Amino acid sequence: MIQLKVNGVPRKFEGDPEMPLLWYLRDVLQLTGTKFGCAMGLCGACTIHVDGVAERSCLQPIGKSAGKAITTIEGLSEHGDHPLQVAWKEANVPQCGYCQGGQIMQAASLLKQHPKPSDEQIDAGMEGNICRCGTYQRIRKAIKSAAGVKA
Amino acid sequence: MEYRLVGTAVPRKEAGRKVSGTAEYVDDVRLPEMLHGVTVRSTIPRGHIRKISFDGAIPWHEFVIVDARDIPGKNVVSLIYDDQPYLAAERVNHPQEPILLLAHADKHLLERARQNVHIEYEPLPAVFHLEEALAAETVIWGEDNVFKRYTIEKGEVDAMWSEAAFIVEGEYSTGAQEQLYIEPNGMIATFGAEGVTIRGSMQCPFYVQKALMALFGLPAEKVRVIQQETGGAFGGKEEYPSMLAGHAALLALKSGKPVKMVYDREEDMAATTKRHPSKTRHRTAVTSDGRLLAMEVEFSIDGGAYATLSGVVLSRGTIHSCGPYRCDNVRVRSVAVATNAPPHGAFRGFGAPQSLFALERHMDKIARTVGLEPDEFRARNLLRTGDSTATGQVIKDPIDLVRLQSRALDSIGYHEKRRRFPVENARSRRKKGIGFATFFHGAGFTGSGERFLQSVVTLEARAANRVRVLTSMTEMGQGTNTVLAQIAGEALGLCYEQVEVTNPDTAEVPNSGPTVASRTAMVVGKLVENAAREMKAKLPSHDFAALGPLRVTVQYKEPPGIFWDDALYRGEAYGAFSYATYAAEVTVDTLTGEVEVNDFVALQEVGRVLHPVLATGQIEGGVAQGIGMALYEKVVWRDGVMVNNQMTNYVMPTSADIPNIRVYFEEIPYEHGAMGAKGIGELPMDGPVPAVLNAIENAIGIDFDHAPVLPEDVLAKLAKRRVA
Repeated sequence: MIQLKVNGVPRKFEGDPEMPLLWYLRDVLQLTGTKFGCAMGLCGACTIHVDGVAERSCLQPIGKSAGKAITTIEGLSEHGDHPLQVAWKEANVPQCGYCQGGQIMQAASLLKQHPKPSDEQIDAGMEGNICRCGTYQRIRKAIKSAAGVKA
Repeated sequence: MEYRLVGTAVPRKEAGRKVSGTAEYVDDVRLPEMLHGVTVRSTIPRGHIRKISFDGAIPWHEFVIVDARDIPGKNVVSLIYDDQPYLAAERVNHPQEPILLLAHADKHLLERARQNVHIEYEPLPAVFHLEEALAAETVIWGEDNVFKRYTIEKGEVDAMWSEAAFIVEGEYSTGAQEQLYIEPNGMIATFGAEGVTIRGSMQCPFYVQKALMALFGLPAEKVRVIQQETGGAFGGKEEYPSMLAGHAALLALKSGKPVKMVYDREEDMAATTKRHPSKTRHRTAVTSDGRLLAMEVEFSIDGGAYATLSGVVLSRGTIHSCGPYRCDNVRVRSVAVATNAPPHGAFRGFGAPQSLFALERHMDKIARTVGLEPDEFRARNLLRTGDSTATGQVIKDPIDLVRLQSRALDSIGYHEKRRRFPVENARSRRKKGIGFATFFHGAGFTGSGERFLQSVVTLEARAANRVRVLTSMTEMGQGTNTVLAQIAGEALGLCYEQVEVTNPDTAEVPNSGPTVASRTAMVVGKLVENAAREMKAKLPSHDFAALGPLRVTVQYKEPPGIFWDDALYRGEAYGAFSYATYAAEVTVDTLTGEVEVNDFVALQEVGRVLHPVLATGQIEGGVAQGIGMALYEKVVWRDGVMVNNQMTNYVMPTSADIPNIRVYFEEIPYEHGAMGAKGIGELPMDGPVPAVLNAIENAIGIDFDHAPVLPEDVLAKLAKRRVA
């Protein structure tokens, strides 16, 4: 049996420990804000936090999450008002929106590590999250705005 | 004219749900007793199906299995020609052709089952390349492998060759490109007494409805299609959803349960449509002072195994092939052919990126031959107000393309860099270069298309100053919900928040045509504007509450003075063109072959800009996809199969590969577009590829006439030059 916390709620899982964490979140817990994109850790649509650090949920087996605290986009803030979510709305960042949950989770992890990130730190932190609509410039802007650094 | 809403950056309607993870995409929907469905596909490019066996330790009795015999209506994906079956019955024509459908509640067991269906074939000879298809030694479609041909004739081309100071020839080609929306294709179907209901990711709900009416022999009121939040499309969800929705519905009919089908990335990349590979030949007669005397163009595209939209893609590519240039003598011959690959389809730009790439590379080549700077040569030939395009469409806009081009080039420091880079390049293995393209893109359906569509929109006023906009235009990221609300609110004198845009559901919204061809803001937005003005005229006091429910419905009427001859391909091809000059600065590393785009200026005239942030987003996104098409995105084919159907080896640009794109607008309001808007979505796809390849030529003095250009291509040409 695997015990873990998801968005602050203690959970027990008795199924296959090899099941990808993404499937557990989406299919078992019905936390569908975390998206399937490529199943290879290449696009970033499935980004979540494991003990506060951004990771890809499509690749890791749930067995690896035992004892860990998982946060999904639904758990990032109580009312969708994390500074990044506010900045995202203010800058009109999302287009199709499919990758944006993952982008925001990646950015939130980046800001924990670098509360006032430089351009280079933003680029290095965010380059693994793909957006086919091409919202990259507004993502940079929103991260800076949320961090209170000058654009 | 002063606007309150139009031209301002109001918050995107769906922003809240898209940043909180609550936007509901199709794979997020779960219905009671829902099964999952998968497709068993052909593994050979062409042949007869001889035997199907269900093997392995699979509890087959638990599975719902559908084949062509289960189809109650017509076994065709109804679109333009009815040539593509939903399920191959006896013959397959490409290596991803659907043959069987399986459904089960356990999607993991389903995958194992799919791998244990074995199909034996008797192979037939197949065709994989444009030239092979045109040679027609093996005929795989119709009488000669030809889906469609067009000819444009203007003036006396043949008489000009002897008068030319220069005759410049060139051949250009582009590969397939995958749309790579991050949300894969997905559909859920339910069947009941009320008919079939589809929920899914799509651009065109009424296309899906029409296709399912034929598949099941049902009337429109028995086929309901609802768009879920759609995670990107770019043309890739224009036609394919009709196929996938039909498959899910066939499984739902047979099982009596809701069925969800969502592709994984590999299947989506391998089996669904991509941008048509193309080849273009140019032969151009030019005077000694650099004026175009005659242009002869041959444009061909590979359509894959079935006709789908290839004829229409060809049409747009054909009409755009001579660009925004003045030339009295033009001949364009074009052809779309069949090969045994999965059908190619719509992708942002729809044929124009291919033919405009060829043209804008060729214009640089002509300039060099004539001995003029690329901008000076173009300036001598750019269309002016009163000139006519290749189809004879007279440009009525008060547009100054020479000034537009100069402004873009000044913004990037073009002339200074053209002088400075060769000096700096002599000292470095990293060679810098600068290039550009000047181009246009016609918005809306081609020719008489909008007249045939007869688009309808409805506005509904409810109590308490609330108005609903009802159209079939889908939101797929481009901003439909936001701009239609801006337009209606503006015309009605309401706040943005008081206007709601209804989610497309064929049971609720009228048919406003498909969400394609950069037509939403310009064409359908205008209908919304007209409906709003009509509603306002009926409500003298603005007091919707007192008046109670009120509906206003308007239908498209062609603006006066539009003439299009479909037989001769002559006349007003588009209601309006948007114009642009894009300039790219690149660095070519001559050691690694890598090309980096360091700076990019995108200047365009798109009529009134309805929403500055959304409009800029359209340009940035199109440029990013264009840079992908220029430098990264290569589909590798083996006998009709895309073999690099994963994100590991089909490489698309990330934030690290895209420079800061500098977007500028000029606005000349277009009277038949919503609040003066013209089309914007596809334009930015047309310019980046030639701009980048022209910049590479400027950096290292080598012509690249095929896109994409990968590092190995650069190294191969550099090595060849060293040997020479």
